[in-house]
Amino acid sequence: MRLLNRSAGRLSRHRRGPLAGLAVVLLGLLMTGGLYTVFSPAQAGSAAASEEQIAQGRELFLVSCAFCHGQNGEGIRTQNGNQLGPSLVGVGAAAVDFQVGTGRMPMARPGAQVPRKPQTFNDDEIAALAAYVASLGPGPAIPDESDYSVDGLSDEERQQAITNGGQIFLTNCTACHNFEGSGGAMPRGGFAPQIRGVEPRYIYEALLTGPQNMPNFSNGNLSPDEKRDVIAYLASLEDMPNYGGFGLGGLGPVAEGLAAWVLGIGSLIGVAVWIAAHTTRSTKKKVEA
Amino acid sequence: MDTSKVAKSNATTAATTKGPNRAGAAATWADERLGLATAMKKNLRKVFPDHWSFMLGEIALWSFVVLLLTGVFLTLWFTPSMGEVQYNGSYDQLRGIHMSEAYASSLRISFDVRGGLLMRQMHHWAAMLFVASMMVHLLRVFFTGAFRKPRELNWVIGCLLLILGTLEGFTGYSLPDDLLSGTGIRAADGFVKATPVVGSYMSFFMFGGEFPGESIIPRLYTVHVLLIPGLLLALIAAHMLLLVYHKHTQWPGPGRTERNVVGYPMLPVYAAKAGGFFFIVFGVTALLGALLTINPVWKYGPYDPSKVTAGSQPDWYMGWPDGALRIMPGLESHFWGITISWNVMLPILVLPVVMFTILLLLPFLDAWITGDKRDHHLLERPRNAPTRTALMVALMTMYGLFWIAGGNDIIAIQLHASINQITYFLRVAVFVGPVIAFVVTRRWCISLQRKDNEMLLHGYETGVIMRSPEGGYSEKHLPLPATRAYAIASRDRDPVLEDHQHTQDANGVPAPSGGRLQALRHRVRTLWYADNVQKPSPAELEEGHHHAEHEHELQASVEGQAADGHQFDGHHLVEDEGLRHH
Repeated sequence: MRLLNRSAGRLSRHRRGPLAGLAVVLLGLLMTGGLYTVFSPAQAGSAAASEEQIAQGRELFLVSCAFCHGQNGEGIRTQNGNQLGPSLVGVGAAAVDFQVGTGRMPMARPGAQVPRKPQTFNDDEIAALAAYVASLGPGPAIPDESDYSVDGLSDEERQQAITNGGQIFLTNCTACHNFEGSGGAMPRGGFAPQIRGVEPRYIYEALLTGPQNMPNFSNGNLSPDEKRDVIAYLASLEDMPNYGGFGLGGLGPVAEGLAAWVLGIGSLIGVAVWIAAHTTRSTKKKVEA
Repeated sequence: MDTSKVAKSNATTAATTKGPNRAGAAATWADERLGLATAMKKNLRKVFPDHWSFMLGEIALWSFVVLLLTGVFLTLWFTPSMGEVQYNGSYDQLRGIHMSEAYASSLRISFDVRGGLLMRQMHHWAAMLFVASMMVHLLRVFFTGAFRKPRELNWVIGCLLLILGTLEGFTGYSLPDDLLSGTGIRAADGFVKATPVVGSYMSFFMFGGEFPGESIIPRLYTVHVLLIPGLLLALIAAHMLLLVYHKHTQWPGPGRTERNVVGYPMLPVYAAKAGGFFFIVFGVTALLGALLTINPVWKYGPYDPSKVTAGSQPDWYMGWPDGALRIMPGLESHFWGITISWNVMLPILVLPVVMFTILLLLPFLDAWITGDKRDHHLLERPRNAPTRTALMVALMTMYGLFWIAGGNDIIAIQLHASINQITYFLRVAVFVGPVIAFVVTRRWCISLQRKDNEMLLHGYETGVIMRSPEGGYSEKHLPLPATRAYAIASRDRDPVLEDHQHTQDANGVPAPSGGRLQALRHRVRTLWYADNVQKPSPAELEEGHHHAEHEHELQASVEGQAADGHQFDGHHLVEDEGLRHH
């Protein structure tokens, strides 16, 4: 205590020195800047994207995206005020990686909702496009594998993550995506797509960027760990055996009812016809009873 | 009938009594105490007619037996309680989660009780088959006119069984207390609350307070394992006793009359057939239970009023009111501080009651319209009652469209359609579809009646094309086999309708008019029989045969000639080949 008092006293002696104000301002600036770098959201392409990559991305963008999104990604409005394509300023690399990586973009035609289809661009081209769009304005970056992987956790922590993820999934996701992630209907031809079998990276990006009808689950809303847990739960559903037999598409009672009528009643009526057609006869020749 | 195999005399040696055997001794013991011989003597030889469509009700009976067997198994481990526990069973994804004891015990049955999941799935599949087979059986009974006097009350019992089966299914659906069950109960709560004025009181009474409370699962359990099964058992017994008392209906045919039953005796033929069918129903249920997932409660998670899942549907038998609810426009009225939710009340509280009332009254409606007070033990082919058949097809169409509406979201995602467009289409289709189905079915039946007459009068089409010496082509017809012709012709003629308004007796005194109701009945009856085709009269038949004979004479020159078109290709000898015979 005494030592602290003494050093504070020594410092305090210079508090009215000519350089004191400058030193305090410098210290404050350093601390603010340092804290900002530590706590601010990661910026897309801040380090990885080279000028060259961005230039390549812009070339691709002008050929495949600019028709709807504008030559500078500013978005284009139609004459009656609808959007041909939204502005891409600030959507971030994650959005590009999701939309182009799942083949949704470039779109084949406008419609109620863009379906998933095979990728048009290869991974390098997607990275270049993402770097270009990220350079338009700050937005969420492509998540790193460590963000959604549970590999680093102990068995117990992993189990905890899966259980926790299941509860988050049932609370936030099943209302649209169904209890098994089989997907569900949205108004006017829209749909919540099947998320069983979707790569963890795209699930994470979808949560982060809220594509199409989906709400945006920002990190404040669903923390990165919680996002990871949801992904871990979905993976656990895929890893576990089908305890009850074939799953009938995981669509619930409608598929079950169809199976009961077609397979159950269908086969039983078939058997009834067979039983009625075979009866006690001394000869095989049909006798009119 | 081939009589060569019938024994011409009794055995050559006199019959001697054999020594007493064990089975005989046991039978005697039982008979002396229970008087079984008298009862069995009659009933073991009771004759049932043979037709596949008579076995549909049996599917329902046997799936009910499967339900009882698997249900008893489930009660041994199920805990009907909403007390909160922490799950510590072997399903990893839910370990440590708080849930009701009911849900925890459902998980336990699924994962920790040997054979539990199979039993659960068999129970659920059997329930689906139980209600489905009751409906198929109902349709058979209606289409063949088996509901007519004296069997109207058995029809009513059957309808009650269908209602009770549906309620039993719904209570069972609600018991595991998973997310889907809870959503179902929440919906039921909403339906009860939609009752004007007393709705909220009824809901509080049902749940013992505000939803969900702690009482609903134990209460539903009592209803599910005691109340409704008891009623079902009693009604099934009554249904079967009436079946035995009335005797089974049969299709018309040679030797079959309103006073007899032609078929095979209970023992040994039907005991073997029905007993065997039980094992087949059990086997099909076991296969379904073993191979196809039904209601994977572990994936739904425990019920929590704040959660819901896409694809929340009731089981199929509740699907049609759910469909009506889904397509109903959102209408509400407010009177003196009371809200009337037409959007819930009409599809859920009014529509099913109306539909079931119509169903219960169908035999009486049919009797009133046709004025038929005779006993009927011979069945009627659906085509011979065109309006009746069309009425049921119209009802089926309406049911089917409501069904589709109940799965509108699944249809939308599977067929990449817009759920809104499906809904708009169905709002119109549920009214228009039945009308179209009615008209089409009625005309279809009448066309089939015409075809029957054609066959009776001119024989069936052989597929043999004849060329006359003049070069004209015609198809050769051959008369129907006598038994077939008899079966087709042995139907009633529709009653001759007299214009009741202008009926006069011999003295010119008009018959007393029966008032408005009678006038209505007369109009409906006229429509009921309108355009029906009557079977040919004996004179017409005679003429038809005469005509056929004449044709035969003309065609006699080619009779006995090979006519399969292979005469000249040298593939096989055709000398002995006659015309194709039926």
